[in-house]
Amino acid sequence: MTAGGEVIVRVEAIEKYFGDHHVLRGIDLEVRQREAVMVVGRSGSGKTTLLRCINFLEEPTAGSVEIDGLRLEADPLQARSRRHQEQIRQMRLRAGMLFQEFNLFPHMTALGNCMEAPMRVLGQARASALDRADYFLEVVGLVDKRDQYPSRLSGGQKQRVAIARALCMEPKVLLFDEPTSALDPELIGEVLQVMEDLAHGGTTMIVVTHEMHFAREAADRVIFMEDGMIIEQGPPEQILDAPREESTRRFLRRFLDT
Amino acid sequence: MTAAVGAPEPPIVARVRAAEERSRTTFRLKVAATWIGLIGLILAGLWITGNIDAAFIGEWGPFIVGGAGLTIMISVVSIVVATLLALIGAFGRLSRNPYLNGLASLYVSLARGTPLIVQILFVYLALPQVGIVLPAIPAGLIALSFNYGAYMTEIFRAGIQAVPPGQREAAEALGMPERLVMRRIVLPQAIRIVIPAIGNEFVAMIKDSSLVSILAVEELLFRARLVGQQNFRSLEALVIAAAIYWILTILFSHFQQRLERWMARGDR
Repeated sequence: MTAGGEVIVRVEAIEKYFGDHHVLRGIDLEVRQREAVMVVGRSGSGKTTLLRCINFLEEPTAGSVEIDGLRLEADPLQARSRRHQEQIRQMRLRAGMLFQEFNLFPHMTALGNCMEAPMRVLGQARASALDRADYFLEVVGLVDKRDQYPSRLSGGQKQRVAIARALCMEPKVLLFDEPTSALDPELIGEVLQVMEDLAHGGTTMIVVTHEMHFAREAADRVIFMEDGMIIEQGPPEQILDAPREESTRRFLRRFLDT
Repeated sequence: MTAAVGAPEPPIVARVRAAEERSRTTFRLKVAATWIGLIGLILAGLWITGNIDAAFIGEWGPFIVGGAGLTIMISVVSIVVATLLALIGAFGRLSRNPYLNGLASLYVSLARGTPLIVQILFVYLALPQVGIVLPAIPAGLIALSFNYGAYMTEIFRAGIQAVPPGQREAAEALGMPERLVMRRIVLPQAIRIVIPAIGNEFVAMIKDSSLVSILAVEELLFRARLVGQQNFRSLEALVIAAAIYWILTILFSHFQQRLERWMARGDR
């Protein structure tokens, strides 16, 4: 988890309003290659919205995002224009997204979930898409479940298949939106283990999480957000053990109490 | 008091299971007996009070039943065309293009806001005045498809909207363009959601197809009315027609149940 690479994600001056509600207030963020960044903060602090703005699942109100050299300016007035949508699509090919609710396609097997986009979006041949799907299902330890439909998988297995599905697109960065929040406690560990292995293996990732233990183990950098702003960031031992800001301390105290 | 793992099942468990199975079977038998008894009673009552003419039934029954073929043909063709219309209509209703949206919502409002029988008569009797002359069967097919297409547009629209938004987001996050998302992710799930509703529409269509009898299309009801009125034997004729409609809908509902069970295999 060396973090000395070039900047792969650059978020500049992101603002986001939902109606009158000012959710993100001038977010700047740089993530380097092979870096694992964990975003923590209370619910409602804007961390999920930030993640969704990075791949334009939410159109930012202002600001820009750059991933692997492709820079896209927020354009809320022309958000639905064909040109902007195509640019967004190009961004999304560089950023894999993992959701709280997994969102596996229920009408496709694990393998089908992993092969759909590589074949139909990247135009890969079936054989090579199959090889890669098998490879990444192996990475998440589920190659024996490749022919199962999602309804036959546990929550933890679903999220691991979702990770394999994202990896099959070979994105430059993985975005995790509270990937274990919808899981039964006994299933959280297997997902975090896969993520930790990926982080240590050099996968660039931005993770919104409430798992402080995991952040300490796997993060190169922890970011604390509040009221739509980045309050404080640094190595996990600094942010989690010796935060400078009072609000970070208050947040962590509540976590350690419970 | 929990039994040890692997301990033999106490005999009472098997006896309870058998008793439950028995009472389920008797319940079903009694329901069936009620049906048969009531139907028998109604038929016997009609036989006694209605002066039923068995010779008429023997002579004209097969002719009436022969109309079922056309009834089925009209229903099947109309439901297929209506389904295609509904698919297009649903995309229109969900379109961000205001003109397409307006066109689709006008269609739904107009087709659902006027009586089906008026629509049937309009296609057959009114359109010739503007130079569009159609034979009775095509006119009936068009009117039924037009009308049912509107109802089914709303079914498809609801089905597409019932697919969880996370599905679309996940597909978009994988870089899938909008059309691909619709075709590969949203529609397959929406169709599974709307299959039961389409089945219900088909059952309704079998019955509503009888309305085209007013265009002298020789389907089931037209034949029953024709020979019933000519021979003053409408009771016999209409009972035969009603029985055929009933049997058709029961047969289809049975088939529909099996289809749904097959579609639900293994998942969700």
